[in-house]
Amino acid sequence: MDSQRLEEEFVKRVQSGAKIEASDWMPDGYRHLLIKLIHMHAVSEIMGVYPEKEWVPKAPNLRRKLALMAKVQDEMGHGQLLLRIVEDLAAPYGKGREELLDDLVEGKVKFHNVFHMEARTWADAGLIGWLIDGAAIINQASLLSTSYAPYARILKRICAEESFHMQHGENVILSIAMGTDEQRKMLQDSLDYWWYSLLFFFGPLEITPAAQKMLHYRIRTKTNEELRQKFLAKYVPRIWSLGLTIPDPTLHYDSKLERWHYAEPEWEVFQKIVSENKGPKSQERIALRRIAQDQHKWVRLAMTTGI
Amino acid sequence: MSHEMNSLAPELLTGQQRMILVDWLTQLADDEFIIGHRDSEWLGLCPTVEEDVAFSSIAQDEVGHAVFYYELIQELEGVSADDLAFQRLAHERKNSLLVERENGDWAYTIVRHYLYDLWDQIRLDAMVESRYVPLAHGAKKMKREEYYHLIHFQHWFARLTKCGGEARERMKNAMELVEQDLDDLLDMGLYETDLFSWGILTKSSEEMRSEFYSRYEELWRDMSDLSERKLIFSKQISKGRMGQHSPALASVLENMTEVIRFDPNAQW
Repeated sequence: MDSQRLEEEFVKRVQSGAKIEASDWMPDGYRHLLIKLIHMHAVSEIMGVYPEKEWVPKAPNLRRKLALMAKVQDEMGHGQLLLRIVEDLAAPYGKGREELLDDLVEGKVKFHNVFHMEARTWADAGLIGWLIDGAAIINQASLLSTSYAPYARILKRICAEESFHMQHGENVILSIAMGTDEQRKMLQDSLDYWWYSLLFFFGPLEITPAAQKMLHYRIRTKTNEELRQKFLAKYVPRIWSLGLTIPDPTLHYDSKLERWHYAEPEWEVFQKIVSENKGPKSQERIALRRIAQDQHKWVRLAMTTGI
Repeated sequence: MSHEMNSLAPELLTGQQRMILVDWLTQLADDEFIIGHRDSEWLGLCPTVEEDVAFSSIAQDEVGHAVFYYELIQELEGVSADDLAFQRLAHERKNSLLVERENGDWAYTIVRHYLYDLWDQIRLDAMVESRYVPLAHGAKKMKREEYYHLIHFQHWFARLTKCGGEARERMKNAMELVEQDLDDLLDMGLYETDLFSWGILTKSSEEMRSEFYSRYEELWRDMSDLSERKLIFSKQISKGRMGQHSPALASVLENMTEVIRFDPNAQW
């Protein structure tokens, strides 16, 4: 069979709901898209460790400390599981763990915008668990129906753990929201700081050619805007119920259009943060990653070669 | 009946016994709390992602053990476990200097933790039959977890010391650094004789230390071409159990209490 026929057959299969395994034949385009998507997902989980990890030593009581330690460990574990999937996909190109993580310190793979931002206060640490993990669940749950079976299986576990994280975050936020004036001020400030990053998290409004291809291959089944609307529908009422003000006076539900109207984030500014690693904490966190990757090369070398 | 006579119930402790027990529990709690803290600092910086995950489990276990000991003190003293963990000043802390040292390189981290766990195992062994029953119960549980920690670090230790080149050099340096703090770790405070005579521990401090040293000397012998080691315990240079700490502990505590200090009246 020529490659065009193979490709057509493949597309027909995935569009009728078939699942692809790592050992199945797949078009190069499909493989590339998967590598790009899951590699980014994996390193985002790993980079998501740093903003919260800073708050483990500062957690205000023993219960919170243990919960946060477990949560951050989960994120690292997700990174590991996802890397394993990318390793299988990238094996034909001779890329393994070392190279995939080198890409991160060399700026060759991007990670989610929110992990370029600073976690300035304990409220930020709580809000990351509540809203960012909440946004991530919406995103990841939509991928559960992905055509690539190994990814779907891992996502199932990830989603289950993320929902604990979301509850942990919500619990931290509730304590602050019911607290003193100072605490409430800290919380409002946190929402102001993260709001537009959260909107950007779901990606641009337009359906880019890459996104179009992912929909075509059933790697994804929902658009960015559909997911963002889901997030707004779920979280805006919850945010309001805590008496917080969302820093967007135009935000409202348009019942005619059946969608949330919102002020858009400054797309170019946020895009630059991601594509050029120019967020407030991008370089500092990549430097932390470099400690693991470069300063400890001797350990990995010793363990694999005995020298 | 004879069992009850043999055990020390919290409500029947004399003032002196209570003080001695609290002193010992504080050493244990503070050791576990601070090593758990140092372990947690590694997350995201370990040589492999797998080790990040493993080391975080160990960190959580250690902090969990600290919570257990702090809660025993809470029962005896009526001060909350949270206050014990977060509100005491450096000079009130009784952890050994070894656990408060900054993390250093991976070799130091492995050697420190391995030797700490070897000592911790000996301590737990001396507590599983303690006359203070709550302590005996906890020690049995903790031993199960520490068993896995010990295997983990034993594995790292053996692999890295058997290497040549940079790894071996780093391990040797780490051994020498850690050795400087061993007396401080093995010191059991002012009341170590009473801990044994009242049956809070079922082994004497001398017996425990000699067990540790013979394990330690074995480790050096296993590192083949390294020189023989013979250690003699010296209580004189011990500080941690008396509340004398390095600036490293002060900075840990400063960091740890940042949120609490933000608004002392707040619930978090």
